Amino acid sequence: MFGVLMITLLLTISLVGSNMDTILKQGVIYQVRAEITENTSIAQGFNDPNEFEKFVQQKIDERIKTLGLDTPWYSPQRLGYTMYKILILDFGNATFLTSDSGSSNVGEIILEKMPKTVLLFTTATIIISIIGILLGAASSNKIGSKLDRITSIFAVISSSFPVWWIGMLMIFVFAFVYQIFPARATPTIEPDDPGYILALLYHMALPVITIVLIGFGAWAYLVRNFMVGIMQEDFITAKKTMGISKKKIVYSHALRNAAPPIVTILALSLSGSLGGAIITEAVFDWPGMGRLYFEAISVMDLPVIIGSTYILTVLFLVSIFIADLLYGYFDPRVRTSN
Amino acid sequence: MSSVTTNEIKKEFLKSKLGLTGVFILLGLILVSVITISVIPTSTLQEWNNPEKWISYPKTAVPSWVNFLSSEKIPEHKIIDAQIFESHKDGIFLTSQQFRISFDYDDFPSDFIFETKTKYSDSHLVQIKVIRPDGITLELLSTSLPYSKINTIHEQRYFSTDSMIKKNINIDKNKFQFDFSSNTTEIIFSQLDDDEIQKGDYVFIIDTYGINESVEIIESKMILGGKTFGLMGTDELRRDLAIGLLWGTPLALFIGISVSIGSVIVGLIYGVYSGYRGKKTDEVMMRFNDVIYALPALPFLIILAVTISNSIFLMIGFLMIFSWVGIAKVSRSMSLQIKTRQYVEAAKIMGQKDSKIIFRHILPQLLPYAFASIAISVPAAITTEAGLSFLGLGDPSFPTWGQILHDANTYGAAAQGFWWWIVPPGILIAITGLAFVFIGNALDTIVNPKLKR
Repeated sequence: MFGVLMITLLLTISLVGSNMDTILKQGVIYQVRAEITENTSIAQGFNDPNEFEKFVQQKIDERIKTLGLDTPWYSPQRLGYTMYKILILDFGNATFLTSDSGSSNVGEIILEKMPKTVLLFTTATIIISIIGILLGAASSNKIGSKLDRITSIFAVISSSFPVWWIGMLMIFVFAFVYQIFPARATPTIEPDDPGYILALLYHMALPVITIVLIGFGAWAYLVRNFMVGIMQEDFITAKKTMGISKKKIVYSHALRNAAPPIVTILALSLSGSLGGAIITEAVFDWPGMGRLYFEAISVMDLPVIIGSTYILTVLFLVSIFIADLLYGYFDPRVRTSN
Repeated sequence: MSSVTTNEIKKEFLKSKLGLTGVFILLGLILVSVITISVIPTSTLQEWNNPEKWISYPKTAVPSWVNFLSSEKIPEHKIIDAQIFESHKDGIFLTSQQFRISFDYDDFPSDFIFETKTKYSDSHLVQIKVIRPDGITLELLSTSLPYSKINTIHEQRYFSTDSMIKKNINIDKNKFQFDFSSNTTEIIFSQLDDDEIQKGDYVFIIDTYGINESVEIIESKMILGGKTFGLMGTDELRRDLAIGLLWGTPLALFIGISVSIGSVIVGLIYGVYSGYRGKKTDEVMMRFNDVIYALPALPFLIILAVTISNSIFLMIGFLMIFSWVGIAKVSRSMSLQIKTRQYVEAAKIMGQKDSKIIFRHILPQLLPYAFASIAISVPAAITTEAGLSFLGLGDPSFPTWGQILHDANTYGAAAQGFWWWIVPPGILIAITGLAFVFIGNALDTIVNPKLKR
């Protein structure tokens, strides 16, 4: 797992590295020239413009050397240093972007955006899973009923619409035609205002509704399929012959046995949705990790790109790991005996 | 598993209603693509981003079928040809181009443009005026054609948004009894006492006066910018959305199908080889598989699109990188089962080459599964590409559905209520996805009897 993390990092750095170096070098040249023009006494000391140019060039080379930009980005030294820095979670400073409070430290920017993404997607996922599990259990209770058929059809249809397109439609209908919700999901009041949390929740409503609308059908269908599989097992038949009511079997016995795969997929889908957050957050203008990532890409802010890719990958891997652990916890058959 | 023959699959498939629906939708989409490619000239595809080409189209016009649904008649987009009258009096040659419009819509036209192409020499005077149904004549513009010694062909456009026209109309201000703040086109078409549409026959006249000879009019038309146009309306850049949406169909099918076929072939061969060789090779290959699996796909696709290239063909390659993984895993486990079968072992004992065993004996067994997974993985490819285009990272030279939605988002289509710009591309994406999901599910239930219930 650690290896995967490192490979992800390496890939990211190698993809953006060369672009970043040219940007950094141009920055250095600009900086040195600005310093020299500000200090007029240096320029007056030279009579020959060629000599002066040489002096400037020398200064630039010196600066580049001290910053370590003279070796290419793929030299083991620089690569190792960058990797080490990231490992100890020191992402350095962003080149262009800043956090809302004005800090350009990448760690701080991510810390500021992270909770909002987690808030949005965790809320949405929890609502989706509750509706999905209840609906799935209900429709597995009566296979072939109207409810069951509607759930299946809804699952297929809803999952073929892109979330962001539904988002656009929702903004169109509920923010402009009927002005119920705000169109931009970024609250306008300051974060330290006491009403901020309420405003945030109000702005969150439209994205959450959209994600839930798209997501719960597929969930219900999944749960239904697990349940159908379990309902065919012997112990359920045994319970049935014992005369326990079908409702009780479905909601207490079968659902408990369907828990392991459901929980695993819950953990996976939560982390998967974080990756998909980029487009969703762009549509709703939600001030989270996804939008940060997109902004960083569009201005080629390397430290932010590396930092957020790293965090996203870590989250993804951690959730795979947790999913594995949970599976073992819920399903004793998987546990290895020792 | 995999003991189903092709004939059986065909038979079972014909029984599945959903599968057939999917096939019908897909056939419809393919038909649309074929018609698009053969009927609509490819120049429209190349000139999608060329504003010059779309200048004679209306701006953000609703689809024209909206007129059938509402009681109010929204003005249609009209291109009117000129009637040309020539006369000669006192040494002055007068060429008059007249455009007659009977206007009976319930809303103002958005604007109008005169497009003329004339052949002349010397200098000529141009006067544009309009005779309204109530008999009032409004002078719109007095100008001249640029002087030329020799015979030249001159193309000229007169726009209703010209500030000179606005000034000239202001001269007639006292005829109207309402506030003159609205735009020129609205004033020309409004009643005298109120800022409302005046229905009836309008005649627009372009008079050209010459002293020694008359101008020869090669081409002359008036574009009355309506508020409805075509099947699908137009966007902010006056582009005909129907053409964009039609071109989007073959593009989406091309992207979806090539990505899924490519990744299924790669995944299948990778997985089967890994499973067949087993031991160390298997271990190493599966670890590599895990690494790709754990990469966050969308962020990486974005980085790739930004740093390398956003050409549509490379994008297909990038999408493949992330979509073969799951197929490789499943086909590995299938090949693990198949390789223990007796005929495979017999082939091995007979000394056949590994590559021959894989391609001759194992892969054919997996073909039904391969077809099912091709169908299932198409929608993901289409939506991912659309998503990337939506973020503005797609190939801007092709009007894919995602690209159209991206434009809609940048021009604030939702805020301004341009529903015809937002709704159709999304529905098309979903329909295409649904067709493949239906086919894939139908095939899947046949190939994996476990799912049958």
